[in-house]
Amino acid sequence: MREFVQLFTRLDQTTKTTRKVELLVDYFGQANDQDRLWAIAILSGRRPKRSVKSSLLRQWAASLAGIPDWLMDDSYHVVGDLAETIALVLRPPVRTQNRSLTEWINTVKGLALLTDEEKQEVILSAWESMTTAERFVFNKLITGSFRVGVSQKLIIKAIARFEEQEENAIAHRLMGNWTPDTTDYENLIRSSNPADDDSRPYPFYLAYALEAEPATLGSPDLWQIERKWDGIRGQVIVREGEVYVWSRGEELVTAKFPEFHPLASLLPDGTVIDGEILPFKDEKPLSFNVLQTRIGRKNVTKKIRESAPVILMCYDLLEYNGEDIRARPLGERRALLEQLVAGVTEPGILYLSEVLEINDWSEAVDARAQSRENLSEGLMVKRMDSAYRSGRKKGDWWKWKIDPLTVDAVMIYAQQGHGRRANLFTDYTFAVWKGEELVPFTKAYSGLTDKEFKEITSWVKRNTRERFGPVRSVKPEQVFEIAFEGINASSRHKSGIALRFPRMLRWRKDKPAGEANTLADLQQMLIQYG
Amino acid sequence: MQDGFKKDDLLQFTERGIWCPPADIYIDPWRPVKRAMITHGHSDHSRYGHDSYLCTTQAAPAIKYRLGDINLQTVDFGKRTVINGVEFSFHPAGHILGSAQIRVAYKGEVWVASGDYKLENDGLAEPFESVPCHTFITESTFGLPIYDWKPQEEVFAAINDWWRANAAEGKVSLITAYSLGKAQRIIQSLDTSIGKIYTHGAVENMNEVMRAQGVPLAPTTRVTQEIAPKDYPGHLVIAPPSALNSSWIKKFKPLSRAVASGWMSLRGARRRRSVERGFVLSDHVDWKDLNAAVDATGAERVIVTHGYTNIYTKYLNEKGILAQAAQTEFSNEGDDVKEESAESGKTES
Ligand SMILES: [Zn+2]
Ligand SMILES: [Zn+2]
Repeated sequence: MREFVQLFTRLDQTTKTTRKVELLVDYFGQANDQDRLWAIAILSGRRPKRSVKSSLLRQWAASLAGIPDWLMDDSYHVVGDLAETIALVLRPPVRTQNRSLTEWINTVKGLALLTDEEKQEVILSAWESMTTAERFVFNKLITGSFRVGVSQKLIIKAIARFEEQEENAIAHRLMGNWTPDTTDYENLIRSSNPADDDSRPYPFYLAYALEAEPATLGSPDLWQIERKWDGIRGQVIVREGEVYVWSRGEELVTAKFPEFHPLASLLPDGTVIDGEILPFKDEKPLSFNVLQTRIGRKNVTKKIRESAPVILMCYDLLEYNGEDIRARPLGERRALLEQLVAGVTEPGILYLSEVLEINDWSEAVDARAQSRENLSEGLMVKRMDSAYRSGRKKGDWWKWKIDPLTVDAVMIYAQQGHGRRANLFTDYTFAVWKGEELVPFTKAYSGLTDKEFKEITSWVKRNTRERFGPVRSVKPEQVFEIAFEGINASSRHKSGIALRFPRMLRWRKDKPAGEANTLADLQQMLIQYG
Repeated sequence: MQDGFKKDDLLQFTERGIWCPPADIYIDPWRPVKRAMITHGHSDHSRYGHDSYLCTTQAAPAIKYRLGDINLQTVDFGKRTVINGVEFSFHPAGHILGSAQIRVAYKGEVWVASGDYKLENDGLAEPFESVPCHTFITESTFGLPIYDWKPQEEVFAAINDWWRANAAEGKVSLITAYSLGKAQRIIQSLDTSIGKIYTHGAVENMNEVMRAQGVPLAPTTRVTQEIAPKDYPGHLVIAPPSALNSSWIKKFKPLSRAVASGWMSLRGARRRRSVERGFVLSDHVDWKDLNAAVDATGAERVIVTHGYTNIYTKYLNEKGILAQAAQTEFSNEGDDVKEESAESGKTES
């Protein structure tokens, strides 16, 4: 594990991506196949499941460090990260250890089978043999919260360089639901037939936000313009008579969407469609909120299927007759997609995302202005001759979202953030007026600069009314403009509404609290856009 | 009178500073007073505007340099001064050169105001001396068990390794440290076979003050306009923390940046600074030494002035030592403690 800990420490010491790639390549060179595979798995988020309650870890660490539990908790609050807090409070090691990364991971996986007392014994003994840096990495493994400043893109780049392979090929191999328990390094990265895993999706191509005037893109003839639908971006794969549905978060969600299961016999083998999983009824999309009601559920009951039915709004075709066609121009892929969708006899499963007829950019401006009525988030503008690339790339695909909805609201509670912002008040609760009363309606914790958070933090400290644990109520004086993407009725909230993606757009120092919006304003928005 | 304090306490926490009523003298006062005793030259402890100052002989040059023409008397470590029946003496605090704890004895009762201090002997400051007392006034800047300093040899070895690696890659190494104390502590521990040491003006000014009082610091070169940017690669530059965000560092290219501070213990603090390296090096006590210092005084009452005051007093009270937090204006400006703690939002307690 020593080499992996060193890799982690060094990655942490640099912000330069070229240096990070070098460090990864170096590590791949010294690690054996097993450790290398585990390192890739951990860095790409495939970590062992958490098998110990964090409250127990806290207690054990406090007793080993000889400090009271409350002091452990206060320390945790200052550090903002449990794995790090534990690594720091423990006294220096009493022996050293020399086990490999794989051996340690097997220990961590084995914890799940042990009683609490046995777990404690294993973990304390591990802590006593480790340096601070080793403890930190080990704790991250037990708490299942390993995060390093290394993107999937960098890992892919490093493996590609180490293996002298194409980055796209590596990206494809790393997709899917493999773990080091279901495959080995040779098979995952080097085997000659990467398609041996039929479920494997392609990396999604993600668009950048269009910030310039659309006219800077040249003639609209060069672009395919569609609506940007508000659902879950997904890939539907049919191979060897089986259907697989992937969400953009690289999650296999086939079981959650039985609507797509008939496609196994309706689409030819070797088909991969990129589209939007969209709640849809009576030939019209429904609000994203409807989809949310079924995302979290374990079982998709008949009732849910009836109240929140989904379809696939098809955007693109990535694999046709078993052939990867991502390099072909968009226009050509679209023609094949239309042909395929037309061939599906069963109605109500696949829809084609309509290509808008735009002869002039001003028509696109009008179409974008109608987005909310269409329950879409704006437009997608894709170059007709573009290949389907992987990851977020500039130039060929743009998302041209509508401006968010906004309200001015009064901050009434503030809470400290976590991790990097553990010492700043960054999480706020906002309210709007209902007569003389302020009704809380949303929380938000992003959208301001560090400098602003610092300024507000010092204001919060000076203007605290009451403390409830980590939360403070503050004088209702500060007004913020809150932006959000959607608004829905909600019985779970006191205000009766729920916002989608709320964040702070700006701090309205110029505005007195009395001039913030009212609950009636929000109800009006709900009628208009909900 | 602050909560929990008594009218007849030998040292009282007033709005001007720590006051000794029978002698009518203040220790490290933050508002102008007639007579001030100063523990050390960091600006939150030695401020403008007092009619007279008393500090140790070794602390005087830096204080004079900073405050200019003041009415300053000096006293040697250990020597007793009696004012109105109150006996005062200065004892090494190990924080920076000349820094003192002030012992105050009156009618058989002994108080010690320790200012800022550390137990590790850094070779520059006079080594900390434990002074038995009934009431001990202590800081708690790093008063949490998450702060645990490594022996300084390890830290300096890491700093030299970092410099050596940068030099091999043709980079300039820039390290920030508070200009009075920490900077000189680093200078005397650098391996000058690697390259030259350049200094920011604020650091070099303090170097000159210390050399003039006979401290044998390694040779350093002040960064000036006349030096060509191409001369810096391979060498090391020491600057105060504020330089990191200024255009002053633009001339150093290619650059690797590091911060030397106790706050660098935390990953979050390192990342917030967005520097390549954070070396954990402090002139304050860590958790174990704070507790060792408190224990060694044998004090039955402890007053905690700055840092994690609420947490640390609670800890001591549970251990059976009567402890109280006092409001002071220490670490509001000057010392690197302030700058970094303000940044991490810890100015509160
Ligand atoms: Zn100081
Ligand atoms: Zn101080």
